[in-house]
Formats: sequence, structure tokens, C-alpha cells
Amino acid sequence: MTVNKPASSPKRALGKKRAASLAGCAATVLLTMTACGGGTAGTTAKDGFAQAPQKDGALTVWVDATRMDAAKLYQRQHPDVKLDIVSYDGDANGSNYLQTKVQLFNRTHKGWPDVVFSSQNNEASWAVDAGFAAPLDKGLVARSTLGQFARGANDVCTVKGTLYCLRNDLSQAVLWYNAPLLKRFGYTVPTTWEEFQALGEKVAKEHPGYLVGDAGDSFTPEIYLWASKCGANHITGPKAVSVNTTGESCTRMAKLMDALIENKSMSTSGVFSTDFGKNEADKVLLMPGPAWYGGALFKGTFKAPAKQIAAAPVPQWQGETSPSTGNVGGGTWLLSQHSTHIKAATDFLKWVTTDDAYQGAKAPGFPAYAPAAETWLKGQDASGYFAGDLSALKAASSQVWPGWGSGRFSQEAIWAATVKPGLTQGKSVVSMLPAWQDSIVKYAESNGYKVSQ
Amino acid sequence: MTLTHSPAGSATRRRRGTARQSRAGMAFVAAYAVLLVAFGVLPTAYAVYFAFTDAGGKVTGFANFVTAGQDFRFLDAVSHVAVYLVFWLLSLVVFVVALALLLHRLGSGSAGKALRFLYYIPGALAGAASVLVWLFMLDPTVSPVSSLLGALGFHTFGEVIAPGNLPVLFTVIAFWTGAGGWIVVMYGALDNIPTDVMEAARIDGAGAWQTAWHVQIPMLRKWIVYMVILAFAGGAQLFVEPQLLSLASVGVAGRDYSLNQLTYDFAFQMNNVNGAAAVSVELLVVSVSAAAVFVARSGFFDAE
Repeated sequence: MTVNKPASSPKRALGKKRAASLAGCAATVLLTMTACGGGTAGTTAKDGFAQAPQKDGALTVWVDATRMDAAKLYQRQHPDVKLDIVSYDGDANGSNYLQTKVQLFNRTHKGWPDVVFSSQNNEASWAVDAGFAAPLDKGLVARSTLGQFARGANDVCTVKGTLYCLRNDLSQAVLWYNAPLLKRFGYTVPTTWEEFQALGEKVAKEHPGYLVGDAGDSFTPEIYLWASKCGANHITGPKAVSVNTTGESCTRMAKLMDALIENKSMSTSGVFSTDFGKNEADKVLLMPGPAWYGGALFKGTFKAPAKQIAAAPVPQWQGETSPSTGNVGGGTWLLSQHSTHIKAATDFLKWVTTDDAYQGAKAPGFPAYAPAAETWLKGQDASGYFAGDLSALKAASSQVWPGWGSGRFSQEAIWAATVKPGLTQGKSVVSMLPAWQDSIVKYAESNGYKVSQ
Repeated sequence: MTLTHSPAGSATRRRRGTARQSRAGMAFVAAYAVLLVAFGVLPTAYAVYFAFTDAGGKVTGFANFVTAGQDFRFLDAVSHVAVYLVFWLLSLVVFVVALALLLHRLGSGSAGKALRFLYYIPGALAGAASVLVWLFMLDPTVSPVSSLLGALGFHTFGEVIAPGNLPVLFTVIAFWTGAGGWIVVMYGALDNIPTDVMEAARIDGAGAWQTAWHVQIPMLRKWIVYMVILAFAGGAQLFVEPQLLSLASVGVAGRDYSLNQLTYDFAFQMNNVNGAAAVSVELLVVSVSAAAVFVARSGFFDAE
């Protein structure tokens, strides 16, 4: 009894659905007296999907804590729009909260938010099947607007050639560093991974306790192994993935991590852990990490003073001809197909992803919409918080290696459950690569993917 | 239960009293029955219907059970829950009975009253909230007992929640949140043991240990069985503890740990409500069978 798997005879399936929902209503009607109506009556086909009858009323927007500012700013700038802002975890770390709720709403035929922000960029992989995400390039958002998003930014939102979400921010990884500290220690910013490792070994000897990176987060593979072009997550088709975690491009990065974890110049706590915040936040010398580390981590969480943090390009392997980097999330905005305020929802969606007032001036991460990104970079330079300009971010935005996809299963969840406990117990990353592969394969298969290894 | 009017005044009064009582009884039972049907019987029937049909409502026999059983997480989840149940039931029976006996020896003085109140407090907190308390307790960085954790060799949250520690952690959490109520129940049961029996034991020269072992515990047997049945059913449905832990540890520990979490994944992440229903029907069958075994072996329903 699901909405998204049409049976061979639609009419019959609908009958069954009615029968089942009647049974469900009978069970609950005793105490709740809920209205149990069908959800499909009276729709009009427009903008590439069946739209529910449009009504007046509050626009329901779901955001995480960080994007709360965006929704509030919109409300201030548009006082005539009735906005119902709901805060949720933003699906952080693949919590799947949104998906869980949408599956429930699909059963009760009501309750969907009109516009929703997710910190994950793989939402389209299920939200289209679940009949939740509305197509955006079939009339809702102008092609000229869509054309101005950074190249490849909305690839994660595209399912079978149709766009189902808009990217909030890009999360290309760069090498963040503490500029005054690096100068004081007399080091230079490494440009190759070989130099990076050598520097880590030097730091361990000369300044023990200081860190050149962290390998304890669920998104660690997206920073290091993705940048190293490790083929752990190559989505080759709508339901096909190729997984190989033991190739040279994976093992050499794993060995680098092991060496630095061994000499303690790379932490395994995780940058958002209470442990890191308390004991290690002021020991960061270098830190490969996504664009949003600048605002969200260094400025927001660690409260690093101004003129300290700077960004450089992520190191490359020696002899590498095409620079590559990883990517950690980069949120997406989805618009509900079931919305009864599509006009207002679209206005909000367009504003929140493209308007300089938020994306250019206030956003903590690197905007996916290129004109806003220009404004944002200028603003960051003008604010004087960072030591040096953030041009490394702009360069990296087009260097994200495309061989790592966004499947329905969460790579972050798999790494957290498979590799992280071993790291805590002192196992090496190299020794856990086969187990990691095994786990990815199992999750991919249980989500209906055809896996080639 | 018909109402008859008797000419005799006192008899009428008495009958009226009985009738009023039985009417009140009926009302209470009726309210309970309505709730039982709405939240117990109907959902169960609905789950059984789902378990034997597919997404289109076609009867599929045991296909959903096979699919669920073949999921790579299924056997792991079964073993996790089994190990947890062993830890949980053993600790519950041993410590609850021991603490109740100790409490009973303290008598109804102020110390006993204070302890009974203390035991009961954690149970008064809602389940999820008390689990959250433990998430703080177990993180050495913020824990009020971090020195104790340090003495045990745990210096980071990651070390505390290593996979091997989880059954013990969940048992500790569950015991803290759930055992207090049972201690109070056992205390009540101990109070109900007739004083002449206790006195006879004392006159026969039984010490505290012998009284407990030969008199009190045998007379508590039904209560213990009752506790084990309910704790087994509750423990088999382990969900809140691992689910909150998986959120708190950003997925490092506790994801897909228990069977109930697996049903949650089936229903909401994999959009397979029928597979989820199959696993929950299995849980129901196991819990009901375990209860049946305990009831049959212990003579639970035998008259005193």
C-alpha cells in the first residue's frame, strides 16, 4: 500500500488504497476523528506535475538551525507572506528524518511542508520516487535562473534529466589553515599530499599536540578519499553503483591518514565532538575541510578570532595533472508537489537560493548560485574575518571530482558505523577498507542498487 | 447481570449497591476494552494483514518474512537483541529482587520510604528523556562522573560506545529507567506475605538469608514471572536507547542495532511497510510464545 509504486492496474490499486486507508481511518477515528480524505482529487497538470487546488494560508517551511536565519530574513523582507517556519535537524549526518516524515505524510495524505531545506544532497534520490519533490525546470523556475548556478551544482538534484531540487551551497573541500600560527612555526602551506604528510610528521615531532587534520567525522571519506579520487561511491546509473575501496587511489590516502593518526597530528575525535571542542579546537594548524568550515566551524563553533583562518587549495598527489577535491554535503531545497501555495513556495525557493540579501550577504557557506557567490566572496573579504582572500574556494568549486555520487544510501552513515568504531579502537584505515567496501555493497544492494565491484 | 427489584428493603439496598458496583466495573472494563481494540487489537490485525500482503495488497504468503530475514542486518539485530535480553533480564531479576528484599528489611521507617521514593524517581521521567540523561552521563567530556569513566579507561565518548559495550550500556540505561517501579512492586508483594508465615519462619530459627531464599522468594515467584514476561516483551522491542544513541553519536553506534530499528528502516527508509510488518509480527510471536512458556511453567494462573 504505497503511493509511489503504481500497480499494473491503477484503478484497482487506488481501490485497494482507499480500502486500506478506510481501514486505517476506522482504527483511528474512534479517538481522533481525523478527516480521512483521498489526496488526489481535483489536481491540475501544470509545470510538469499534478498540482493540488491552490489555497490561501500559511506557507510551511522546514529548515535546520543554520537556515533559520534565512527564513526569518525572508519573513522580515516579506511581511505580507504568512510563513510557518518549522525547525528540524536538517537530516544532518543522514538522519533520514525528512524521508521518514514524508513517508508518513504520504500515508495520511496531508502534512507535507511546502518548502524544505536538507543538509544532505541525496534527497532527490528518494524524494522523486516518493512523489514528494516537484520538478523545478518545467515551468516553476526560469531556465535563465537555473543556468546561473555553478557548473554541476544541481547534478545531485537531477533525476532522469529533470531537476527536482536547488542546491543551497557548494561544499567543495579546501585546505583551511591557521595563518599566523603557520608563520610562527616557520612552515609553508603544502601543495601536494606528500608535502602534507611530511608536514604532519614534522608537526608531530616539533609541536606535538597540534593538528594537521581530523579523520573522526562521518564525512571524513568525503574530504580525503573523495579528493584522492577513490572509487568508493561511483553512481553509474539511477540504480547502479560501482564500489572499489581497495584501489591505489584509496589505499594511498588511507596510508597517509594512518601515518598521521599514528603520530597524533591527525585527530580521530570528529570536529563537532565535545572532546574536540574542549581539547583540540585551539590546536588546529591545518584542516582539510569543506567550504562551510570557514563560517560554521571556525567562526561559529570554535570562535576562532579574526585574521587567523585562511583557505588554500586542497593538496594534490605529486604528478597529478587534473586537480581534484571532495565535497561534504551542500544543502538542497525541495518544493513539495502537494503544496497548495505553489506560487508563494516558488517565490520563497527562488529568493532563498539566489537572492543576494541572504545567499550573498548572510549565508555561512559558499552559495551554489554563481552571482550570489561573487557577492558572498566580496563580502567575506570585506568582513576582514579571514586572513587572506577566499579565492581558493572559487577555484575549488569547479574541481570537485565527479566520480563520487549521491546515492540513496548515506555514505556518511556507512563510514560512521563501519570505520569510525575501528578508528577509536586503534585499527588502521587501510585495514578497514575491505570491510568498508563490504558495508557499502550491502547497503547499496538493500536499497535496490545493482553493484559492480 | 440483570437488575431485579426485591421488596425487602435491606436486600434492595444491597443489590442496588452491587448493581451500581458492577455497572461501574462494566464502565471501566468497557473503556479499557475500547482502548485495547483501538490501540492493541486493530493495529496488530493491521500489521498481520500487511505482513502477508505486498505493496498492492496482494496476498504473498511468507514472502515478506523471507525478504526481511535475508536483509543483511537481520541476523545481527537478532543477536544484538538476544544478548541484550540476557543482560537485561538477568540484571532485572537479580537486582530487583535483592534490592526489594533489602528495602523490605529496612521496614517502613523513614530510610525505607526515602529509598522507595529514590528508586521510583527515574521511572517517573519519560523514557526518551532519561536516555538523554545517560547520553550526558556517558560522555567523559561533559559527564559529572567523568573521573569514574576515566578510571574505567574511557576518555572519549567514542571509547565508551564501542560496539562491545553496547549491551551493557543499554542494560544500565534500561535498568535505571525501568527497575525502580519493579522494586516498589516487589516491595508491595513482600508486604503481602502474611505475617504468620514470616513469624513461623522466625520461630523455626530461619535467619534473614534463609527466610529470603526459602520463604520470600518462592512466594514472590508469580510476581517475578510477571515482571520477566513484561520485561521480555519490552526488551525485545528495544528501540529508544539505540536510536537516540545513534543520533547522539552521529551514527557511530546504535544504527540498525535492534529489530525494532530494522522495522523502522524498512518502513521509512526503504519504503517497505510490509517487510516492517513482517518483522514486527515475528517479534509479537516470539514475545507471546515466551510469555506462554513462562505462564505454563510457573503455574501463573493457578489459584493460590
